[in-house]
Amino acid sequence: MSTVRDSKGRERVPSAASLRRVRWYQEARWKRLVALLVLAVVGAQVTGVQGTSTDIFYALGENFTGTGIWIWLALCVGVWVIREFLSEPVNRGWVASRDRVSQPVARVRGVWQADPRLRYGGGALLLVVLILLPLWLSTYWQQVMVDQIAIFVLLAIGLNVVIGWAGMLDLGFVAFFAIGAYSAAFWTGSLPVEPPVVLNTFLVIPIAIVTCLLAGVLLGAPTLRLRGDYLAIVTLGFHEIVYLAARNWTDFTGGSRGARMSERFVIDLGFWRFEWGLDPKPYYWLLLGFIVVIIFLFLRLEHSRVGRAWTAIREDEVAAASTGVNTVRMKLLAFAIGASTSGVAGVVYASKVAFISPENFVLLLSILVLAYVIFGGMGSIPGVLAGAALLIWLPEYLRDSVDPQDRFMYLGALLVVMMIYRPQGLLPSKRRQRELRLAEEKA
Amino acid sequence: MSLQDFWDVFVLGVVLGSLYAVIAIGYTLVYGVLQLLNFAHSEVFMSGGFGGLIVLTVVVPAADPSGIQSAGYVLLGMLAGAALGGGVAYGLERVAYRPLRRRGAPRLVFLITAIGASFFIYNLAGKIFGRNASRMPSMYENKTLFTLFGAPINVTQALVVVSAVLMLILVDFVVNRTKLGSGIRAVAQDPEVASLMGVNIDKVVSRTFVLGGLMGGVAGFLYGTTTQVWYTMGFLPGITAFAAAVLGGIGNVRGAMLGGMVLGVVEAMTVEIWGDAWRYVGAFAVLVAVLMFRPTGILGERVARTA
Repeated sequence: MSTVRDSKGRERVPSAASLRRVRWYQEARWKRLVALLVLAVVGAQVTGVQGTSTDIFYALGENFTGTGIWIWLALCVGVWVIREFLSEPVNRGWVASRDRVSQPVARVRGVWQADPRLRYGGGALLLVVLILLPLWLSTYWQQVMVDQIAIFVLLAIGLNVVIGWAGMLDLGFVAFFAIGAYSAAFWTGSLPVEPPVVLNTFLVIPIAIVTCLLAGVLLGAPTLRLRGDYLAIVTLGFHEIVYLAARNWTDFTGGSRGARMSERFVIDLGFWRFEWGLDPKPYYWLLLGFIVVIIFLFLRLEHSRVGRAWTAIREDEVAAASTGVNTVRMKLLAFAIGASTSGVAGVVYASKVAFISPENFVLLLSILVLAYVIFGGMGSIPGVLAGAALLIWLPEYLRDSVDPQDRFMYLGALLVVMMIYRPQGLLPSKRRQRELRLAEEKA
Repeated sequence: MSLQDFWDVFVLGVVLGSLYAVIAIGYTLVYGVLQLLNFAHSEVFMSGGFGGLIVLTVVVPAADPSGIQSAGYVLLGMLAGAALGGGVAYGLERVAYRPLRRRGAPRLVFLITAIGASFFIYNLAGKIFGRNASRMPSMYENKTLFTLFGAPINVTQALVVVSAVLMLILVDFVVNRTKLGSGIRAVAQDPEVASLMGVNIDKVVSRTFVLGGLMGGVAGFLYGTTTQVWYTMGFLPGITAFAAAVLGGIGNVRGAMLGGMVLGVVEAMTVEIWGDAWRYVGAFAVLVAVLMFRPTGILGERVARTA
């Protein structure tokens, strides 16, 4: 027990009452005020002017003296006043309006869940809208839909198998994307090395799948007995090695100068020929087809014996092994399936952008794909779709309204806020939600 | 590679490795108490670099400083780096981790907030201080102090190694000999029982972050003096230090020191033999090789829990 000195300098043990006493500055309300003031200062910097490296104090000076900080301070103090002194009526209003919205929503949801025909109908309607969507968009947004959203949705679906279902933290997922893209380049004769035969890009897809499968098993076999964070760092290292190989193995990959794709997707039936060219729309439909097929397959898988084995491994690996699940085989399978999905995305991506360089496969992308999966809701396909689409759309949308260099700052802030208030993700799977609730009750 | 080259490279490796060791401690301490990969620790490191830069831009070092002046500038830079690093680490814990901890969120969620916080912090730093690299003002004449096995050691190298070793000793002392240290070890072993024994978990966790942040901040300042200061400077050293913490056995403080040194030397050797382009391959190859035979790292005993 710590001791204090009284006014005469004698040591004494503090009384329980004095230990329990809360000084005014320790009260929660003043702490909240301080927190909000800090928020105001940070907020003023976030929305303030861009700094320069030649005068590192320029932005700080501008932002602390400009009008922005006063607006932020006023806002934050206002929030504090409402929170501390007017919370009663505001809360009542909030609860009332929430009930007004949530009751009809709950009724609609009940009807929706009661009838599977409605759900299939809704799914079909959504698909039709998605098929028609690019017709309404500008070319810029069509490109975004293909190069980024569709490709990354495919990646996120693949990673979801590894992390959402089998529960393995993979930080090097984009390595397989790169392997897929480079095998597409190799088999279409676009690399400095001549392939044995030059193939149609469609034929490359199964080859890329097999290559990525092999790479996944190759990486997985020695490392799968590692758990959690150890696996994370090894996969991260694997990514770094693949990336550096792509950049430095100039004789094979063309190095940092990249490789220009010489072939595109072509369907040639003799009497009818269709080539995927510069127009992004055919690529969009192609990718949409892949995504729909893969989602269908994965949903079958999720509820199969394999999917249940993954769930068992995720929830308790030791228990799963002792009830007869072959954990090593199942984990390898998850790894390989995730990797091959990524490989498909790689082939289409390489063919679409027609030019690949190692800088298209940096570590940041692995981390972003992981963020999409968890943001959307691990283990839930609709969640992963929504998460990826939203998080890619947002920075593109912000391109016009904020400085493009700041987009990742807002993305980061969004991730933090979202995870604090909704850790289960946008559209979580029921099982994950239950796991989370159990964990919360335990805490 | 001749023996002389070997010693030259070895010295470079030890300098780099002592920085990695100091950063790795930040990862491993936090992992010990929370089982959390604090991805944002690389941003703590970066803030340390900017802390030093800010103070040394205000206190313009004299053109031809005397020995005492130089020592003063260096100390000032270190203190500023430590202060900003510790502050950022404290803020991180309060804003990004404590709310989740209270809810008992799964660890992957922590990982995503860590990534989000990392994006936020380094882009904010880029926005405020500009996105080009800045050179740290020169605080001393970087002359060769002495030679070791024929390898010349300059002031910066000596400074980095000496201060890193001092910090490592300090951390080891804090963790093994002080009340805070026993709190940290208690929480690492079993948070529930620790709190029943009267350990204030919030306080211990927060101070663990600050301790790691102070170290990371000083390391950031030192790294900034050896190269430059820029807003993404934390990323690669952060990843390597993280690998070092895992190599040594994550959660184990002495393991992190050892892992940092090993990876620093391996990295320097890789650069010497295969060239700068392959810099990080050697380190990760060693990591994978070691983890295959010792899945919990060199000194690690506890098996990490599943994600």
